[in-house]
Order: sequence, then C-alpha cells, then structure tokens
Amino acid sequence: MPIETDFTPIASAAGGALIGCAAVLLMLMSGRIAGISGILSRLIMPGTDSKPLQAFAFIVGLIAAPLVWIAVSGHSVAQTVTENLPLAAVAGLLVGFGAVYGGGCTSGHGVCGLSRLSPRSFVATAIFMATAIVVVFVSRHIVGAGQ
Amino acid sequence: MIVLVNLLAGLLFGFGLILSGMANPAKVLNFLDIAGHWDPSLAFVMGGAVIVTAIGYRLAFRREKPMLDTRFRVPTSRQIDRNLASGAVIFGAGWGLAGLCPGPALVSIVLAAPAIFVFVPAMLIGVAFASWLKRVASLQKA
Repeated sequence: MPIETDFTPIASAAGGALIGCAAVLLMLMSGRIAGISGILSRLIMPGTDSKPLQAFAFIVGLIAAPLVWIAVSGHSVAQTVTENLPLAAVAGLLVGFGAVYGGGCTSGHGVCGLSRLSPRSFVATAIFMATAIVVVFVSRHIVGAGQ
Repeated sequence: MIVLVNLLAGLLFGFGLILSGMANPAKVLNFLDIAGHWDPSLAFVMGGAVIVTAIGYRLAFRREKPMLDTRFRVPTSRQIDRNLASGAVIFGAGWGLAGLCPGPALVSIVLAAPAIFVFVPAMLIGVAFASWLKRVASLQKA
C-alpha cells in the first residue's frame, strides 16, 4: 500500500520560493538556467561553452544541501524511496535520458521554462506530467505493483 | 566568485527541494496519484517557484548581461519537435515509476536509501547517452 503523506501547502510553497531564489540567483549572476539535467549534461559531456567547474560547484551544493540542512535545523530529512532496485535502475535510465533528450526536466522546463513563458517548456511539462500520472495510475491501480 | 555563486545556488536549490517535500519520492508519487490519496502539495512547490522565478527573471533581464558573466545563455528555440515530445514522455515515465527527478535524486545521495545508489548511476548513464546522441546529431547538422 502506498503511504499517505500530509498536505503541506505552506512548507511546499516556501520551498518552491527557495528554488525560485536559487534559479534567479544563477540567472542574475552567471546568466544560466537552473535546470538540473542541463547542468549534469554540461558536467558529464562538456562542450565549448559548458564551464564544467561552475556546473560541478552547483552539483556539489545540491548534494551537500541535506548535510547543511540537518546540521543547521537539527531535523532529519524524511524520505520514503522504493525498495525495488531493478525498478530504480530502469527509472534512473529513463529520467536521465529523457530529461536531456527532451531538453529539460522538472527544473529546466517546469520552473525556469514556464517562468520565461517558453512554449517548448509548456508542451514538455504538460507531456511529462501527463505521462507520469498515467504511469502512476497504471502501476498503483491496475498492476498494483507500485510501492 | 562565479564558482562560489554556483555552489550557493546549488545549496539553496537543495534546501528548497527538502523544505518543499519534493525530495521525498512518496510525496511526489502521491501528487501524481490523482486516483489515490492525492497530495496536492507539489502544485504549491511549482507555484512558489514559478512566481519567484518569473518576477526575478524579469528584473534580471533588465540588465544587459549577468553580473559575473558576459551574456545570458537562455534557450532561444521555439520549435516543438519530436525530440522534445519523446524526451518528455521518457522522462515522465521514469519520474512516475520511482518518484525521482534529477534534483531530488542528487539531494538524496547522502540520505543513503539503497535504491538511490542504483538510480543515480543509471540516471548519469542516461544523461551521458542522450548528451552524446545530441552531440552527434548537432555535428551531423553542421
């Protein structure tokens, strides 16, 4: 059975606003989109204008965030992740490949792209949200194998 | 300096993911599960992020160039092509399977759930493969 999670509109909106601040900071200072898959791609396969050191620094910050969070707030970070490892492998491949192939993920298209009113990002966001909703519906309510 | 700003932006982004609940795949999946115990929280994450970014970008773009670099590097393509659509379908399928997208997956590394150590390397392979395909395609076009 899927575990229930509490509806947290205030914390979620505040967290979203923080994500927005990070995106604005990056654009204002270095002129780049805060899209995680794009930043990973710049790091893994750098082109002429990729500035992989900057990409690396962003990723380090992202990875270190929970450690700083726990140290400062004293709270742990609650998380329930699937225990199905083959499913995690398939999902990881799809997420990494699809995000770069489609030119962005939840951050690049979903946050930065929508904020710029990019028509490509509206289409991409609608498609990946719809697909994910269908996949969750099938895995939880039809196959019943989801977590 | 610009490297430090990137580090700070990454940290801030990570804090946002944690505070918002987006770093918890159970919450993401419950948001996507409109026929189950629907948790609409993530709509508020999206809303908060887009409102702040839309206003902040508008102010930033009043400048001729960013403060620490020579120009804004913003995608200019408006073409809705097959790559965009197929990539979004593939990404959405993976997101729906595990409830993880790239940001939350990276934030989750130090939280050390076993599946993360499978998901993240697989994701990096996917990123590398798609980056390579795009590189080859752009070389062929040139």
